[in-house]
Amino acid sequence: MSQNLTQRIKTAQIWDIPGGIHPPENKAQSLKDPIAEAPLPKQVILPLAMHIGAPAEPLVQVGDKVKTGQMVAEPKGLVSAAIHASISGTVTGIEDRPLAHSSGMSGPCIIIESDNQDDWVDLEPIDNFRDIDPATLVEKVRYAGLAGMGGAGFPTAVKLQPRHTIHTLILNGTECEPYITADHALMRERAEDVIQGALLMAYMVGEPEQILVGIEDNKPDAIEALQKAIDRAGDSRLSQRVFPTKYPSGGEKQLIQILTGKEVKSGGLPADLGILVQNVGSAVAAWEAITQGKPLVSRVTTLVGDALGRQNNYLARIGTPIADLLELAEIDRNKSDRVVVGGPMMGFTLLNDQVPVTKITNCLLVPSLKELPAPPPAQACIRCGLCAEACPASLLPQQLFWYAQVEDHDKLRDYNLFDCIECGACAYVCPSSIPLVQYYRAAKGDIRESEREKVKSDHARLRFEARKERLEKEAEEREAKRKARMEAAKAKQAASDSGKSSDGASDLVAAAMARVKQTSANPEETRLKLERQKKTFEERIEGIEAKIAEAESDDIKAKFSSQLKNTQKKLDGILEKLDSLENTASQEEIAPAPEKDAAAAAIERAKQKSEALAGMSESEKLKSTLASLKSRQEKAAAKVAEAQASGADTLEALKTGLGKIEEKILATEKQLTELGED
Amino acid sequence: MFKQLSSPHAHGPTKTSWVMQQVSLALLPGLAVLTSFYGWGNLINMLLAIIFALGFEAAIMALRKRPVMFYLSDFSAVVTAMLLALSIPPYAPWWVTLIGIFFAIPVAKHLYGGMGFNPFNPAMVGYIVLLISFPVQMVEWAAPRTMTDLPGLGEALSYIFLGIHPPDGVTAATALDLVKQNSGLLMEQLWEQTPQLSTASFASAGSEWVNVAFLLGGLYLLWRKLYTWHAPVAMLATLLLLSAIFYDGGSSASKGSPLFHLFTGATMLGAFFIITDPVSGCTSNRGRLIFGAGVGLLVFIIRAWGNYPDAVAFGVLLMNFAAPLVDYYTQPRVYGHEKRSNVRIHRE
Ligand code: SF4
Ligand code: SF4
Repeated sequence: MSQNLTQRIKTAQIWDIPGGIHPPENKAQSLKDPIAEAPLPKQVILPLAMHIGAPAEPLVQVGDKVKTGQMVAEPKGLVSAAIHASISGTVTGIEDRPLAHSSGMSGPCIIIESDNQDDWVDLEPIDNFRDIDPATLVEKVRYAGLAGMGGAGFPTAVKLQPRHTIHTLILNGTECEPYITADHALMRERAEDVIQGALLMAYMVGEPEQILVGIEDNKPDAIEALQKAIDRAGDSRLSQRVFPTKYPSGGEKQLIQILTGKEVKSGGLPADLGILVQNVGSAVAAWEAITQGKPLVSRVTTLVGDALGRQNNYLARIGTPIADLLELAEIDRNKSDRVVVGGPMMGFTLLNDQVPVTKITNCLLVPSLKELPAPPPAQACIRCGLCAEACPASLLPQQLFWYAQVEDHDKLRDYNLFDCIECGACAYVCPSSIPLVQYYRAAKGDIRESEREKVKSDHARLRFEARKERLEKEAEEREAKRKARMEAAKAKQAASDSGKSSDGASDLVAAAMARVKQTSANPEETRLKLERQKKTFEERIEGIEAKIAEAESDDIKAKFSSQLKNTQKKLDGILEKLDSLENTASQEEIAPAPEKDAAAAAIERAKQKSEALAGMSESEKLKSTLASLKSRQEKAAAKVAEAQASGADTLEALKTGLGKIEEKILATEKQLTELGED
Repeated sequence: MFKQLSSPHAHGPTKTSWVMQQVSLALLPGLAVLTSFYGWGNLINMLLAIIFALGFEAAIMALRKRPVMFYLSDFSAVVTAMLLALSIPPYAPWWVTLIGIFFAIPVAKHLYGGMGFNPFNPAMVGYIVLLISFPVQMVEWAAPRTMTDLPGLGEALSYIFLGIHPPDGVTAATALDLVKQNSGLLMEQLWEQTPQLSTASFASAGSEWVNVAFLLGGLYLLWRKLYTWHAPVAMLATLLLLSAIFYDGGSSASKGSPLFHLFTGATMLGAFFIITDPVSGCTSNRGRLIFGAGVGLLVFIIRAWGNYPDAVAFGVLLMNFAAPLVDYYTQPRVYGHEKRSNVRIHRE
């Protein structure tokens, strides 16, 4: 890095994170050459769930001819991403295939046989994105199939619609994990697109005050390239922040801490702090999606490890079988016994290599046996505390280990197991070679499982209580109505009595009573019908929620989620009808009020009505609260589903949030029924 | 089909058995100096202790149906044996060592669940049991080379194995004892009148150089990053401070000079090899500071006003008791949480 350059990089404060480790970087071997384009695959396998959230829904059928870039599956639900044909050819199957997943599980995929033409669809480039409104651009990103390319795979469009105002956009170019250089290569070769992509994203999220590019100091060539691009962009909000290399600085939470000194609240989101973090790869993909109209059909993947003859970064079409790439990189199968997807710290081993490259496959590591030997058998924990010193979240891994062993879930929670980001720093340093992360993962799974059980039984309990309450209320309502009828009869009697002294008044009251009768008879029936509907829909929603909680796989969950949404919509409709019905009823009933001097009984009646009106506006308030609570509940439920699918650490907090909202809903509903009684 | 392994796939170079080997290695200079100043006693004791320790360890592992070699190879039993042998007087009979190791390994270590579960430092438990049970054998330390001719190898073996009691000239009261029992003499006079002190170079004869050797071993371990500086520095600083306060200008009520306290008895062995034992110490760095300072404080109190000749073992055991409490109050604040967690630290 030249002196000049160092000066140009804004010297802004950076913060240190606790813990962290310095494993051998092993980045040079895949950075010797520029990114190489992998040859067109003969076949691509496109999993419908490459991203976090609901799987996409196929738009094609077996036998269809598709062009490169053609959408073959559309996003389903809010948290989802579109999938595009990454080659041109024929759809030969829509079936379950093994996925690149640690469990070796299978999932639905679209299989396309190449016609070797790479015949592209017509793209719709946008010359000046500022001419288009941000929401439209976000929608385009959504339909371009972008999903977090740093490895997480969260749909980019969802992150670009934050609930809070974003004042800081952070571009994550840290790539702190050893061996992986996909982002590094991208930054040094396509710095311009990275920076322009950042500005585009900034536009989409409402122009934050600052745009920071975070990068570790072990990438001088990328730093230089980025800085040039930043200088050329001439946007004062842009600045590059270079910080010392340390694993895991690239974790989203860690990067935020390094660049801003702030911490994302446990269970919270960066957006709560007004911060949005995007991976540099996603920025480039967004830039291409908008300015070239190009959907996400390829990505840079690092092929690295001593068992490979040609270690390099390859631009591969999404869906390319991993075996093809390994052959391309001249794998020596005698030299290695495993293929790691991702880096050596957080990656997982493949069961077999007949699985495709997905949007999140940033690295394929094929270490020789000598390079990354399997750890020796674990010895006893000697409480040396090295793990605690290495933990970036300041957890006490040795305590977590102890309680994970004895499966004490409460203690694990006390020790904040769910704040563990599974970075593996603790297991890396542990002198007793204890596979700590493995224990944490298993414990988290167990806790989630029992949580699900609990939610199930809680739901059952709530359902039971709600039903009991409803039945009681209904009985009370019936009683109240009976009383009202009796009173009305009395009033009638009184009116006819007074009518003897004044005929005109008697007529008026009779008319009023007739109206009252009319308005109360028909609407009352409608109301009851609606109430019944409301009840059934509420029950249905509860049922669906329970099913979501039980659902094993993501796609089942997604299916129920959309069902939930539909049902909720219907319920909202019913609530609306109820609302308007009660409004008109109260208006009609208030009509007799002006004829005050008519009769004492009529006055009495009118008084009651106006009181009811006052009550009504209160109930309206409650209803609107209820409606907003319901929509919040819906969102929260979607988030829980998401977190469950991704195994995100925030799951717990999200669940508590959801529980709270549900409690509030119950309380509001109760208030509402009580109010209706008065 | 590929091999399935859980992340992380990369591992740091530090291994528990390597740590233990390094600790044993760092003890060797101290052993050499001890042997040169006091004769063959400690060396013979150490060989004995290691044999006993490995024997017990192997027997227990066999009883618990665990792979014997795998556990022996973690070297922790060897370290315990070495620490105990270095603390026992050079010419203590063999059965003293045997009983000490018995209480250290089967009792203090394995009755509590084995490696990693022992709340007390096993070597110190063994030492304390011996001190309480056999005060005569344990209080008699050998006289250093500066005071007397050292017994030869044959004599040493006969003292240890044949139960022959070493003659008076071979054993002598320790300098710490002399200072404690001093009544009426100014420090200067005491120094002139007792050979243990008058033949010393700067602190107390023999023991000063042993301490220097342990200090060097400790610095090596620090350099190797096998533990952090917190506990040793806190202990030595506390000891230094207190002895400076109670030096009292060298009057007859003086408790000895700071230099004397730092380089006498088991100070350096304790600071760099015993309170740094991770298993029975504190977990966090702040906790280690408190742990070290606590040991320093207790060591000085017991040396100055207690009834036992050296205090490191008691100080360590008492702080072992306190460690869970210290850990409880020194937990780090977890990312994304505003407050430190306050949950009980497990130690069984
Ligand atoms: S690093 Fe390993 S041996 Fe040391 S305290 Fe942590 S878990 Fe125990
Ligand atoms: S894996 Fe979890 S416990 Fe271990 S260092 Fe990372 S965050 Fe800490």
